[in-house]
Amino acid sequence: MTPHLLSAADLSLDDATLILDTADELARLSDRPVKKLPTLRGRTVVNLFFEDSTRTRISFEAAAKRLSADVINFSAKGSSVSKGESLKDTALTLEAMGADAVVIRHGASGAPHTLAHSGWIGGSIVNAGDGTHEHATQALLDAFTMRKHLTTLAGRKVVVVGDVLHSRVARSNVLLLSTLGADVTLVAPPTLLPVGVGSWPCNFSYDLDASLPGADAVMMLRVQQERMNAAFFPSVREYSRRYGLDGDRMARLPDHAIVMHPGPMNRGLEITAEVADSDRAVIVEQVTNGVSVRMAVLYLLLGGSDSALGAVE
Amino acid sequence: MTAAGPTSAPVGRTLVKGASILGGPARDLLIADGIFAAVGADAAAGADANTETIDASGLVALPGLVDLHVHLREPGREDAETVASGSAAAAVGGFTAVHAMANTDPVADTAGVVEQVWHLGRSTGLCDVHPVGAVTVGLDGRELAELGAMAESAARVRMFSDDGKCVSDAVLMRRALEYVKAFDGVVAQHAQEPRLTEGAQMNEGSVSGVLGLGGWPAVAEESVIARDVLLAGHVGSRLHVCHVSTAGSVEILRWAKGKGIDVTAEVTPHHLLLTDDLVSSYDPRYKVNPPLRTQSYVDALRQGLADGTIDAVATDHAPHSLEDKDCEWAAAAMGMVGLETAVGVVASAMVETGLLDWAGVADRMAVRPARIGRLAGQGRPIAPGEPANLVLIDDKSRYTVDPAAMLSRSRNTPYAGIELPARPVATFLRGRLTAREGSVLA
Repeated sequence: MTPHLLSAADLSLDDATLILDTADELARLSDRPVKKLPTLRGRTVVNLFFEDSTRTRISFEAAAKRLSADVINFSAKGSSVSKGESLKDTALTLEAMGADAVVIRHGASGAPHTLAHSGWIGGSIVNAGDGTHEHATQALLDAFTMRKHLTTLAGRKVVVVGDVLHSRVARSNVLLLSTLGADVTLVAPPTLLPVGVGSWPCNFSYDLDASLPGADAVMMLRVQQERMNAAFFPSVREYSRRYGLDGDRMARLPDHAIVMHPGPMNRGLEITAEVADSDRAVIVEQVTNGVSVRMAVLYLLLGGSDSALGAVE
Repeated sequence: MTAAGPTSAPVGRTLVKGASILGGPARDLLIADGIFAAVGADAAAGADANTETIDASGLVALPGLVDLHVHLREPGREDAETVASGSAAAAVGGFTAVHAMANTDPVADTAGVVEQVWHLGRSTGLCDVHPVGAVTVGLDGRELAELGAMAESAARVRMFSDDGKCVSDAVLMRRALEYVKAFDGVVAQHAQEPRLTEGAQMNEGSVSGVLGLGGWPAVAEESVIARDVLLAGHVGSRLHVCHVSTAGSVEILRWAKGKGIDVTAEVTPHHLLLTDDLVSSYDPRYKVNPPLRTQSYVDALRQGLADGTIDAVATDHAPHSLEDKDCEWAAAAMGMVGLETAVGVVASAMVETGLLDWAGVADRMAVRPARIGRLAGQGRPIAPGEPANLVLIDDKSRYTVDPAAMLSRSRNTPYAGIELPARPVATFLRGRLTAREGSVLA
């Protein structure tokens, strides 16, 4: 393992498999009456969030606490430009407090990379979403969820639908899933695919209906409010008609296929309530798995080498 | 145009021995009273007991370099650079004249501000500082600044630019091009279509897609250049294009010149050497506008400079304080310092590759920029009777760029630790030694 988790591209097949296997092991903890391990006792994990994201923050917080780490939540909303304190000074402050790991969410692509390579801070850096770049632990929890339902990722067809251009979830998923051997297809209107997508380790298509047959998993991406009036697509209704997942489209999927969404959903826009609440949707399960995967990441980055549960079994 | 002599004190005689003029055979140069008094065999005969002798054997002699595009930050951001510190950087970089862009605070959009910069340059006296006047008031792109007043001021402004911002309004650009004809001015366009570059952070291409950084597409530059060459042709005026960065821009310029349109263009040293894959480090030293592009664009720019489609190398020297670069990519300022490394980078990109010889470098870094800026006493031949503006360049020993040794107030160089194949070792401004071995002589 690398000392940091900045990009899904940092993970080899062995690294990724180790994280997923460790998460499997740790998931068993949730069946116990006491959901807590002493593994990271005395270690400090800082959740450094420059953007609001209650879901991701509490997921990391729960993960760290279940490993008995001390958790500090540092909400530094607003950019360094508008709010005065620079990323550097924030990092120096955290370093002075003795952070063993910093989980960072930042609106600027590359901010975790800058933090990890700046020399400002010594601990492990975990990217919890940076700008429109990556969100590696989201990809790990997605892969974990797919592996549970589809046994393996090797050769599985995964369709990712929506605003790929601005999606850190899509970028991390393409990188991780291709490492794990999955066959990924990105589906979006041409305006929402980045220049250069042709060189990514995946396929892409403008046609959702053509991409659904044979899919083992469909991942719907959230359409952000700010894209809606910026000429990426003519109207919300047209987007929904062409790229939304409704009951009719779901019916074209193979029986075993699962439906995923990183949340929060726009019900009725990229996904209808009928689909979101169906048996195929594993969206709530993704949230549960997020805690296990983040426990595995923190455990492995902070020096865990033995079996995660070995000490107490 | 009058010479911008910083001092009326008599300048001593200097004998420069064995310099390779424009890379040619070794010859002696006698400098007296601010001009080349003799060149060749009779130069040594003119030396007397008080003549200082400089051994220039193995050194290349070029006319003092002329930079069409620098940011000296004064007035307003004296923490990043001043006219004095920027002049020092220019002198050690081999320059004897620079054009200081108008995006200061206050903006150089009145005769008062351009005269202030002009006087600061004169009192520093290390190189001629020619202020560039803003095209529009406050660089706001709404109404023309008093271009005539700046042209008639003591600064005698001939180049006008909103650099940092594009004059994107087609009518305003047309009027500016027309208006400057009255005093043989030139509009230097920062070609960047603003709507196509909203939120732009780097070159739009495969690297930006992976890094999740907002893309700055080549078409945003090319579409403005295409419009502007057509406008310049239509109104019969002179257009200069700043920091050309794409292959398509070179093609459009080549077409326009073929049509007889009076357009000139510059390229920066960094666009001749660096590519956008460096941005993968998210190191803000590589953040610049226009952004670093791909290798195929670098190759096209080198070719365009070699065949003369691009007239000049201009540094776009853009000093920024440490705090404006010591941060995450999105928060960082755009720009790189370039005066002190220009010769080495051009030698690496153009001379070592065989695309230009030293005579070609002199043409692109002194002769043509002086002509574009209408600087009568710069970019002249190294010949008897000509102003003694001269740089001696060591192209025999490679050196490693050390930001700490720079004279600019800012250190935002992308070349730290990089080895370059040539560097200026002495600069003369009208016969006076202004810089020697990386230090200035006040």
